[in-house]
Amino acid sequence: MSNDDNPHVVRSAIWREDAEPDNPFAARAAYCRGYDVYGDMLGQARWVEMLYLLFMPEPPTAVQTELLESLALALANPGPREASVHAAMCGGVCGSTAASSLMAALAVGAGQLGGAREVYTAATAWANCGTNLAAWQEWLANTGELPGGIWPAPEHPPGFDPHGLSTATPVKQTLACLAGYGAGPSLPWLQHHLPDIEAAAGRPLSLSGVAAAALADLGFNPEQSEMLYLLLRLPGAAAHALEQRPLGYKKFPFGSVELENSSEAQSA
Amino acid sequence: MNGPDLLNEHVGVLKSRMGTFYPGSHVIYRGQNLHEDLKDMDWLALYLFGITGRRFSQAQLRLMSAIWSYTSYPDVRLWNNRVAALAGSTRSTGTLGMAAALAVSEASIYGGPPMLRAVEFFSRCRAQLAQGESLDNCIREELAKHRNIGGYGRPLVNSDERIQPLLILAAELSLDNGAFLKLAIDVEDKLLHGRWRMRMNYAALVAALGLDLGLNSQELYLFVFPVFLAGMPPGYIEAGSRPEGTLYPLPCDHILYDGQAERTWPKSKSNRGL
Repeated sequence: MSNDDNPHVVRSAIWREDAEPDNPFAARAAYCRGYDVYGDMLGQARWVEMLYLLFMPEPPTAVQTELLESLALALANPGPREASVHAAMCGGVCGSTAASSLMAALAVGAGQLGGAREVYTAATAWANCGTNLAAWQEWLANTGELPGGIWPAPEHPPGFDPHGLSTATPVKQTLACLAGYGAGPSLPWLQHHLPDIEAAAGRPLSLSGVAAAALADLGFNPEQSEMLYLLLRLPGAAAHALEQRPLGYKKFPFGSVELENSSEAQSA
Repeated sequence: MNGPDLLNEHVGVLKSRMGTFYPGSHVIYRGQNLHEDLKDMDWLALYLFGITGRRFSQAQLRLMSAIWSYTSYPDVRLWNNRVAALAGSTRSTGTLGMAAALAVSEASIYGGPPMLRAVEFFSRCRAQLAQGESLDNCIREELAKHRNIGGYGRPLVNSDERIQPLLILAAELSLDNGAFLKLAIDVEDKLLHGRWRMRMNYAALVAALGLDLGLNSQELYLFVFPVFLAGMPPGYIEAGSRPEGTLYPLPCDHILYDGQAERTWPKSKSNRGL
């Protein structure tokens, strides 16, 4: 039976492996998009180049590499106030497994408030509206009509901060830095039209909005953008989960609950 | 109130109608004392009370329990179950395996999403029928919009072995008289006798029975979350009892590669585009 007819094969345009002569289950060489990963790329290629190559058919240009590297740095740690990192720390403080802390960060960081689904939706807007201000204004006026399904209805324009009063300094710094690479039209256009876009959204831009523009300029589609955003925010979640572990739950805020509409209306 | 003022209002304090626990004393669960008022509730009843705030009859709970049981298949070929079993094969923990497998169960071709599409379709369909629209038109509109109907047709085979047992049980419990179940069966009848040849699958039946039990879409969505769970531990256990790494091992030549031919990594960035 040729492998074309073999129902047990995995099909891939990304990865190929040659077996060691003595063991069909051990790779002698592994190729990513045709490049010998361990024989040629290792020691020469940067991590973000490999990351890009896994998602794209060709390696990034030098400018794309710099942009992705800076985006990765900007997203690496959302910080301990962010919900996805808070979730990871909940695993850390009580000694839950390492993977559960990351799964917690992924689950909480997957949503539509600063999370990967928000980036997906914003990236869809970049794909549809491009650098057309009128199209953006129309899209922002109708974001409440996005389909529901398993995702709760969006409660704010994707890529913008629902609780913000003005564009946060790190957001402006990130936008300025990333737009400076000139890797695509989205970031420079966003920087130039920021007041108009924020006026249309009625909210200040958030880091997720900058990320969506950067990922669009890198050529990623919305699905790829969603995945990369999930991946790139994990380092901070991991570090903060580990940091909390020796401190333990007693030094982690527990909060308090006040019951409403109950005879038990005392504070726990 | 909005912006930072709204956030400030919530710093460190949660105002809850759902409950809280008083360490060393007692627990309030939706206004009830968990260890006194609810101590005789079984787990499924409590789970549903948590989701809906309502109590269900024994017959209703029996039906909902069966909805879970009848789709708990200990077959690790099924994609979500395979995640649990792969965790066993790689000697990961059971909880990680089960949790990841449950997360994967939220798929576009099975699990909650097709059921939610069926819920949405049935609800819209009933409203349209009440306004004099024909069922044929409802079905045609849905097919024109999505090319399929959530809860009809199935990824592997068209027939669904879970339908008859659940319908028989619903009849035994006298829970088969609801308007949504009748609609679901009418839709299947139209689809079977039209040119589409699609049978109702479990998602549509669960959606219809759930709607007839008075659950809304969010309540149904949360209720079905563990629907495949009981099928997962057997695969994890069995994979863990086999030699490690022997669940569906793939030799190198089982990657059927159809990408770029072998090439050399550029030595310098200047070769690549600036």
